[in-house]
Amino acid sequence: MEPTSRGRNALPTVSPLGDSAVLLTLAECLDLDANALAGRVARDIRGRDLPWVSDIVPALVTVAVHFEARTARTAAERRAMLERLLVESLAREAGAGPAPAPRTVEIPVCYESPYAEDLLEVAAHTGLTPPEVVRMHSASPHRVLMIGFAPGQPYLGGLDARLAMPRRSSPRHRVEAGSVAIANAQTSIYPFATPGGWNVIGRTPLVLFDPVRKPASLLEPGDAVAFVPISTGDFGRIASGQHAR
Amino acid sequence: MTLRVLRPGVLATVQDLGRRGLGHLGVVAGGAMDPVSHRVANALVGNRGDAATLEVALLGPELLIGCDALVALHGGEFAAEIDGAPLPQSRPVLLPADARLRIGRVTAGCFGYLAVAGGLHVDPVLGSRSTYLAGGFGGWRGRSLARDAALPFAEGAEALAHARFARVTARHRIVALGRCQTVRWLAPPITLPEHDGSVIRAVDGLHSGLFDKAARALFFGERWRIAPDSNRMGFRLLGPRLALAGPAEILSQATCLGTVQVPPGGQPIVLMADHQTTGGYPGIAEVIAADVPRLAQLKPSASVRFAEVTLAEADAAREAACTLVDQLVERILWEFGNEGD
Repeated sequence: MEPTSRGRNALPTVSPLGDSAVLLTLAECLDLDANALAGRVARDIRGRDLPWVSDIVPALVTVAVHFEARTARTAAERRAMLERLLVESLAREAGAGPAPAPRTVEIPVCYESPYAEDLLEVAAHTGLTPPEVVRMHSASPHRVLMIGFAPGQPYLGGLDARLAMPRRSSPRHRVEAGSVAIANAQTSIYPFATPGGWNVIGRTPLVLFDPVRKPASLLEPGDAVAFVPISTGDFGRIASGQHAR
Repeated sequence: MTLRVLRPGVLATVQDLGRRGLGHLGVVAGGAMDPVSHRVANALVGNRGDAATLEVALLGPELLIGCDALVALHGGEFAAEIDGAPLPQSRPVLLPADARLRIGRVTAGCFGYLAVAGGLHVDPVLGSRSTYLAGGFGGWRGRSLARDAALPFAEGAEALAHARFARVTARHRIVALGRCQTVRWLAPPITLPEHDGSVIRAVDGLHSGLFDKAARALFFGERWRIAPDSNRMGFRLLGPRLALAGPAEILSQATCLGTVQVPPGGQPIVLMADHQTTGGYPGIAEVIAADVPRLAQLKPSASVRFAEVTLAEADAAREAACTLVDQLVERILWEFGNEGD
């Protein structure tokens, strides 16, 4: 347990998470470098193709590795091996210089009524005009910090600080699929119609997660995202084109 | 040839052992709530453990069997009938075409598994036939069965049913019950609660230090009840509120099968098969892998206590549980001449 030797609370740490996973924690609060490093470590571990690893889940500043085992000895061995691999991978990735440029995924967004339900509230809260909100949001350098909550649902960092917003005081019972929403200095896109508390400022006609498409998820952790404003007419055309496929 | 749904029941979903390797895209492993009973049900019809079964909860469906089929219902015990006569459970049963199988109320446990020789052949999605309700995919249209749903059997299921039943009965006398045939031996339940007040073991949670001492003592000391609004995603626990030692903000991170998370209201939730891949609530404990199937068999209002164990004890319990199941499955498949497909 090399990373914990600097003291109980020194980071990074690798700890057991239940009896079937280990968790690498890189930082105490959201830190974009730590987030990028989590993504690189997760990809590195994935590249090793260990047959007894069932899932590798990078999140904001952590990487969880879920493993399978039958006997007490293999469970303990695999836990120890993952701890060692994570520490080694972390050292290598941290010293490996700048990461290669991420791929950029362009996501068309209609920031107009009826898709921008909370745009006026965001404008009022931030003291900006709605066109300024749209311009700042689409010009922000978004990055996928993690995918979680629902299949294909991205949490994007990089939002212009002037657009930082709390969540809505009362969550909506239904947020439509494709809704682009902001809260806590982040942007998320709802892949499915679900209840939700973030501020909806637009909607994309793209399908974020389609289990029979390859790849199923439009986005992956680490992707750069460019939001491209489109009209309601464009929205309809792209949406019907997707369904025609 | 299909299994047709005449009445859908409460929550009947096609399940297998779930999806692997998609957690980074927000897709959880999912699969059977009680994978032990799922595996044993499959063994009882000569299938491998990963064949798809029908998972039924609390109040099962009424089904029309499309062709002669070898089936087994195992796990939770249900008031089940075949053409009006009691269905023998936890053993292979040869049913004639057009038999009506009615799976009624659960009488012990919570989830039952109906296995069919050859498995249920819905199309696999992302490497699994399991139904993922939150994502709306897998199984039968990504949903719980509805009236008139038709679940396809494997090709040649009828011939397979007769061949396997012939192998099983080569060594055992056939017991005829109404229109169905079975054998006298049966698989014992291994995940059902023995009495009310089950003890489920858990290891320390990653954030247990964020809770005050009293909250941790309460979690491991108190008798909890499974709340009625529990589902495949999580079991909510009714009991005292668990307080954090101070304000705590957890950055969203991966959650596990068995994570006991505590939202600000203080009512704990144990994450089950269809849990979200990530979460931002602090985890006070983690139910051990060996006991998740036993927890899954506690139905709403059942009472449960949690006992704290060390990681080494958790590993030993996992080995004991795996050995028990493997031996049982091996023993059952031996009856089929070890030729499970």
